[in-house]
Amino acid sequence: MLKFPNEESVHKYMTRSILGRTVMEVLAHGPTRASVCEQLKALPVAETSRYCSEENSFCWRVHSFGKKIKQDKRLDLIHQFMVNLPLIGRVDLENPDDLFYICEDYGPNPNSAPEEPFYVYVGRKVTEGQRYLAHQYSVKTRHFIGNTSMDAQLSLIMANQGGVKPNMFVFDPFVGTGSLLVAAAHFGGYVAGCDINVNTIHGVGKSSRSFGKPRGEVTLRGNDENILANMRQYNLHDRYLDVMVSDFALNVWRKQELFDVIVTDPPYGIREKTRKIGTNKHYDELEDQTLEGHIPSTMSYHLADIFKDLLNFSARYLRLHGRLVYWLPVVNADYSDDHIPQHPCLKVIANSEQKINMTISRRLITMEKYQSMQNINPLDQVEAEIKTRTYEGSNAIRKIYFPNNSGSQSHNKSLPLT
Amino acid sequence: MADPTVTVNEMKIREVDFNPEFISRMIPRIEWKALYEAALSLDVVGNLSPELITDYEKDEDFLKEAHRVLMEVEVIKGFLICPESGRKFPIENGIPNMLLNEGEVGDGPAQSEALQEDDSMQ
Repeated sequence: MLKFPNEESVHKYMTRSILGRTVMEVLAHGPTRASVCEQLKALPVAETSRYCSEENSFCWRVHSFGKKIKQDKRLDLIHQFMVNLPLIGRVDLENPDDLFYICEDYGPNPNSAPEEPFYVYVGRKVTEGQRYLAHQYSVKTRHFIGNTSMDAQLSLIMANQGGVKPNMFVFDPFVGTGSLLVAAAHFGGYVAGCDINVNTIHGVGKSSRSFGKPRGEVTLRGNDENILANMRQYNLHDRYLDVMVSDFALNVWRKQELFDVIVTDPPYGIREKTRKIGTNKHYDELEDQTLEGHIPSTMSYHLADIFKDLLNFSARYLRLHGRLVYWLPVVNADYSDDHIPQHPCLKVIANSEQKINMTISRRLITMEKYQSMQNINPLDQVEAEIKTRTYEGSNAIRKIYFPNNSGSQSHNKSLPLT
Repeated sequence: MADPTVTVNEMKIREVDFNPEFISRMIPRIEWKALYEAALSLDVVGNLSPELITDYEKDEDFLKEAHRVLMEVEVIKGFLICPESGRKFPIENGIPNMLLNEGEVGDGPAQSEALQEDDSMQ
């Protein structure tokens, strides 16, 4: 149960709730049905007159947790409870003014559920959350997607963690197909992104939808498969600023506190390679790079450097109290909270785990910039640091994830990791 | 006029809803002189003010011009040019490509080895 100061604040809260289904005002609750009925009967008229009047139509529903209740038993329950309220309006099952819920808790184990519930709540619906958005923005119906497009529900949660509000400038330095930008723009953010992958940004190459299809049915991406087209699909294109091809290891921005929020899903080397521009070749072996259409070669970008660069970048380019939200892969066996990359200007304000398998999880890390770089004494630690060796070396997480086979990328199509 | 920082082969005007609050928030994060010069070299300067004015939040005409140049003018094909090094970065399909070549990258082994060679020659 949550306490809210008033109904208006409930409505406000639920406009941003991605996972919450329904909020109801609890009218009575207790360990037995009889005690709840007594409480309903004792409610003062001043209270019940808010929803018990001739003009107010109503409907009752039963929710049970940990046990299935048959339809005729449900009707009995509704009758048993509703007679305790002075309901004089008409019943409307389709579009009632007030919807009453009986919620019964039978404990966590449906196989040994008791005859009578452990606890009973009776409430009146106030409002619903935004669960429908996960469907509205589903990646399945999105125009342009990639192999590692972020799930719509998680993208929306990330925008919430970032505190995205109308007119904020939101940036994703590993933008891919722009899933996180769609979610940020939904909440009114103006969005921009960068990625090192020219083909993804331009929507060139094989369509991710042709995976698993026979060779003859493999399709190429259409001319208009790009991030702007996705924004148009959802009528969010007025909040699209731009995307650029750039290497996160080499900064292209003028030094200033530019962004309100940074949301990103960096590559971990499991399904997306971790690359930056560079080569191990000797300098005079390089081909002529001044030719038009020359594609610079890339080299491995170690995870430890990606995360340190991300924190250093955020500390410089976020405005004060702006937030950084990103996924950090962790090895469950040796994880502790000090493994989270640290920076003297950023503090962790949330850390939520999503289990991937027995070995590996990813954690959604939310950091807030609580002081500016100017406030840091240059003699102190001014750069990001990681107090674990987990992310050092090339393919650090990949080697733990695929201990026997770190070369092939073919058998891991259903993983959410990037 | 200074050397252009952007050149254009193809340009488009994209209609975008005017949002004065967002433009007002962005103006302090923009180097106005650079924006004005870029607008000059693209020939889209219109009534854009050459100088940033005070109290711009209250001046709708000023904000509308800033909105037009910032949000609606889109270079589809052209180059961004670094004012310091003169390095040209191509814009294709409206997307700038800021990638450097492997030989231009500061910390790669290619350059450090090249530097060492230079040292040994001295």
